[in-house]
Amino acid sequence: MSTGEPLLRVENLKVDFPGEDGVVHAVDGVSYEVQPGRTLGIVGESGSGKTVSSLTTLGLTRLQGAQISGRIMFEGRDLVSLKDEQLREIRGNDIAMIFQDPLSALHPLYRVGDQLVQAVRAHRDVPKKAARARAIDLLGLVGIPDPTKRVDQYPHEFSGGMRQRAMIAMALVNDPKLLIADEPTTALDVTVQAQILALMERLQRELGMAILIITHDLGVVAEMADEIAVMYAGRIVEMTSAERLFSNPEHPYTWGLLRSIPTMEGYTWGLMKAMATEGPPARQDLVPIPGTPPSLINPPSGCHFHPRCPYSQPEHTRVDPMLEALPDEPGHQVACLLESEQRRALWAQLRAGETPAEAIAAVNLPIQAETPEAGEAGTPQPQTPEAPL
Amino acid sequence: MSALIEVRDLTKHFPITRGILIQHKVGAVKAVDGVSFDVNSGETLGIVGESGCGKSTTARLMMRLLESSSGEIRFEGQDITTLSGSSLKAVRREMQMIFQDPYSSVNPRKTVGSIIGEPFAIHKMLEGKGERKTAVQELMELVGLNPEHYNRYPHEFSGGQRQRIGVARALALKPKVLIADEPVSALDVSIQAQVLNLLRELQRTLGLTVVFIAHDLSVVRHMCDRVAVMYLGKIVEIGPGAPLYEFPRHPYTGALLSAVPVVDPSRHGTERRLLSGDVPSPANPPSACRFHTRCPKAQADCSEVEPQLEDSGSGTVVACHHRLTREEVEEIGVGIWG
Repeated sequence: MSTGEPLLRVENLKVDFPGEDGVVHAVDGVSYEVQPGRTLGIVGESGSGKTVSSLTTLGLTRLQGAQISGRIMFEGRDLVSLKDEQLREIRGNDIAMIFQDPLSALHPLYRVGDQLVQAVRAHRDVPKKAARARAIDLLGLVGIPDPTKRVDQYPHEFSGGMRQRAMIAMALVNDPKLLIADEPTTALDVTVQAQILALMERLQRELGMAILIITHDLGVVAEMADEIAVMYAGRIVEMTSAERLFSNPEHPYTWGLLRSIPTMEGYTWGLMKAMATEGPPARQDLVPIPGTPPSLINPPSGCHFHPRCPYSQPEHTRVDPMLEALPDEPGHQVACLLESEQRRALWAQLRAGETPAEAIAAVNLPIQAETPEAGEAGTPQPQTPEAPL
Repeated sequence: MSALIEVRDLTKHFPITRGILIQHKVGAVKAVDGVSFDVNSGETLGIVGESGCGKSTTARLMMRLLESSSGEIRFEGQDITTLSGSSLKAVRREMQMIFQDPYSSVNPRKTVGSIIGEPFAIHKMLEGKGERKTAVQELMELVGLNPEHYNRYPHEFSGGQRQRIGVARALALKPKVLIADEPVSALDVSIQAQVLNLLRELQRTLGLTVVFIAHDLSVVRHMCDRVAVMYLGKIVEIGPGAPLYEFPRHPYTGALLSAVPVVDPSRHGTERRLLSGDVPSPANPPSACRFHTRCPKAQADCSEVEPQLEDSGSGTVVACHHRLTREEVEEIGVGIWG
């Protein structure tokens, strides 16, 4: 993964939000790199810290009173230590962002063209006329038909897909080196999602920018990303190439995701890869991850995933796993206390369609007494207060 | 298998009105416009489509939560669109619904016990207090909730558990039919599978007939025996899951399936067939075949003659003049091996 100087290097980033009920540890020691012209995908469920970590890159969590530590290196500068004015020069210029909901991210009372012109002139001292020409160019580039007419329309006159295209155009006005896309297609229908993803891929090819894409959708990252980081409870639990994550995942949470999400073929993601070489598995039931995501105010001790992990051992409740590269695969980092051989043996069972209990028996892993049953609701946990974001 | 529910030419037009005091109708949103299908006893029928295609309206019409503009819904041979009073109440006992949002579909001021027990109160069943409590606790057990939490309030439960409360409430009267409108789309991915497995298991053990409405094609494939694809208020293709997903005949079905991201990262950058444009407004839908404005195979006749649902010869029923061929399906990369 470390090929040359990365464009963005996040080192041990921690973001805490002090609240009435305690401190919410939204991001709890996260490190990753984005190489120029490449795409990093961050996947995780709601509350895993994926959005907070990217908002912090642009200093957008500062107003919420976040306590930030660690470093975010971008072109030799640490974004965490920059003043607001310095950060403003980078935001929308070298680093641009697109958001999930294009209707609330565009100003409803200004024409789309005026908003684009403003984005250009915030960073470039160009006459209005030139900025307007740039706006029209970009609307054409992102595939909006008849851009000379559309530039004078308001956001409500655009459809959902058009608005997301307009947002992308706005992000591109100053030729960013890095585009952060936070759930860019979640609010869109599947046929429009396909259009937007294809557009982002085309623009990346043509303009050579790096993309950091944040999503809960494994399909979207499989489609877009070169590297994938899986986040759980504020930490990265696994990070490797997209190819490897789907063929040789090593973290039990990743396995859980891969075995619990159905695919179009009626199997789960985890079984699809095995099918390509070994034929359809005998069983195709979904294997849910038991329990619910933990509270970020009072996260579980040791490995944050241990209360939901069928393979956890007694010491996993005390020892905190580090995100470490595999000895034989330096590009593949995993934060898990099981031995690599154990993990590979377990995954071989799981991808053949075995349940976690069968996999544990097959590899002779000591079973913890209170291993949660798959599919069991467990006891209702007292509702944890919502994170402030 | 016999048809438990028969839907015939069902329409729902929402009027568009102008004027403040004297409102006059200036048009209609044709949310559902001539839909016919059967739901067989014991099966799961999936209804998929993009937002605005009328899938949720169809569900609400079947529950009589909305009044249809025309058409028939026959439940066990009896048309329920004209029922009222006690005979409607009797039919509703047999058909229950699960809603999308587990946060807004349960009353936050009631305990879980009284939420799940409310159907009994409405239908004046199990009047004895102890009786009702036992029945509710059995239901809680059935859906994987701890019966001891009978007196807790909804805010003490997570999203997935609240959805279980909704399922328990729907099952209270032992209905024959369960209509699930996007039951998992508000849930996190790790919780989705828990609820999906619960629904499947309940269907198996209780012999339920399920109408499953979702926009997620993968979830529908996993859950359903038969699938109906809707576009702008009409069914464009309907059939068993396997032929529909492996050999879609309607270009819209093909485009929907082709648009779903594939697992294989090595297929990065392969060109898929992308639909151009957005879904047209249901207030002013295109003439004849409503898909012709976006259809890559559209010919002149598509805008003049409306295609009827016909047997496609490959296992599905399709409404299209120019169906996809085997070669075209391979080209757009649908099916297990692309």
